[in-house]
Amino acid sequence: MKAESKKEIFKEGTVNSNEVISIRNLYMAFGENKVLNGFDFDLHRGENIVVLGKSGSGKSVLIKCIIGLLKPDKGSINVLGENVPELNTTDLDKMRVKVGFLFQSNALYDSMTVRENLEFPLRRHWINTSKMEVNNLVMEALTNVGLPHTVDMMPSELSGGMRKRVALARTLILKPEIILYDEPTTGLDPITGKEISNLMLEVQKKYNTSSIIISHDINCVKIVANRIVILIDGLCYATGTYVQLQNSKDKKVKQFFE
Amino acid sequence: MKDIIIEIGLITKFAGRFFREIIKPRFEFAEFARQCYYIGNRSLPLVAITAFIMGLVITIQSRPTLVEFGAQAWLPKMVSVSLVREIAPVITALICAGKIGSGIGAELGSMKVTEQIDAMDVSGTNPYKFLVVTRVMATTFMIPILAILADTLSLYGGYLGANIRGVVSWDLYWSQVFDTLVYSDIVPSVTKTFFFGFAIGIIGCYKGFNSNKGTEGVGQSANSAVVISSLLVFILDLLAVQITDVLNLN
Repeated sequence: MKAESKKEIFKEGTVNSNEVISIRNLYMAFGENKVLNGFDFDLHRGENIVVLGKSGSGKSVLIKCIIGLLKPDKGSINVLGENVPELNTTDLDKMRVKVGFLFQSNALYDSMTVRENLEFPLRRHWINTSKMEVNNLVMEALTNVGLPHTVDMMPSELSGGMRKRVALARTLILKPEIILYDEPTTGLDPITGKEISNLMLEVQKKYNTSSIIISHDINCVKIVANRIVILIDGLCYATGTYVQLQNSKDKKVKQFFE
Repeated sequence: MKDIIIEIGLITKFAGRFFREIIKPRFEFAEFARQCYYIGNRSLPLVAITAFIMGLVITIQSRPTLVEFGAQAWLPKMVSVSLVREIAPVITALICAGKIGSGIGAELGSMKVTEQIDAMDVSGTNPYKFLVVTRVMATTFMIPILAILADTLSLYGGYLGANIRGVVSWDLYWSQVFDTLVYSDIVPSVTKTFFFGFAIGIIGCYKGFNSNKGTEGVGQSANSAVVISSLLVFILDLLAVQITDVLNLN
């Protein structure tokens, strides 16, 4: 359960071909503040992993390193066979087609309609896609999140939950193999939060995605997590299922479930 | 002083990246056209009204002095040179620094703090190319067009001003204006507006792109974009005057 036992497995060199993300010995610091301090982690195909940790513990930094928005000081991040810190811009863009990222603030482009927001990643990656195909893909993604009627609306006209769904639709439009969720239910009421959590599960089943979910919302964690990783002091402190960690006697682990 | 030197260095580095990115494919034509429309079309009424009023006011205020010397017949000649060479381009640039510079600074600043720039990066689009190159190109091309329009409208204002107190016929006014204005008045005046446009675009983008501290930072970006780009307009204007003087174009 604890990081030490997890590290032993790595020392034995267990390489699971089912792994879609494999992180080894990851270090990241901002000045004197060491955020990640030798973090190790694996994500398997079809798995939803929730990363729990205190605010400022480096959870968002971790997924930003995975997508290549931040460059770690040391360590390897193997995503679908590519070591992210070593990729050049072109290869990074190719890798990002397979990895979706749902931002905490949704990051919908304010000046564009919902349709234009969804078309934006499409037009960049699938240049030869016809207008009709693009329209079909946009409508399919919006239908999957239950919002086909918002296609010509501006993001400012949508509620918080709708914006989150549209952001998820934009993430799904390139049909990624992996989705990184940065606090997907933050700022939403409990009912909408539950709807988004259920939607994430539907997405996992329908698209067969593997996901890393950063969350503080224990209700969301309960619904979506196949496995939970607890990040403390820049290390993978503990890992296990919701029930295993909830019943843990370790004080540091227990505090997340109280 | 150290901070100012560091800031100048960072702005220079940011501007240097513009020249590297502009030659790389792919060029965002649609976004460039959209920015030209916003920057040009939306600034048009303000620039047009201000230029017309400036022409009117300068002519009305210059008239008494010229009358004192019995040189009121020189009024069209005098105002046309000062309007075309200096007043219209600088006023246009200052309006654009306020309107466009602050707009770009605030827009990119808010995109930065709401992670929209990161989202663009993640979706495989180079945000510098999509946001900065297109906006800087648009300001560089649209501000000279606005300045030419301001030149023309300020001369119309001058005609009205000349006729409020005195009587100058339409034909006489324009023949005097065109007799006075030569290429060495117009070409340097229009040329410097390309530099004004570039400076306004690059400063607005730099401030927005490097915005932080949440919504407070967005306001600061917009504010400092206006202050620095207005200051740069005056510095560039001073340089332009010196260069035209050295090249004997005055």
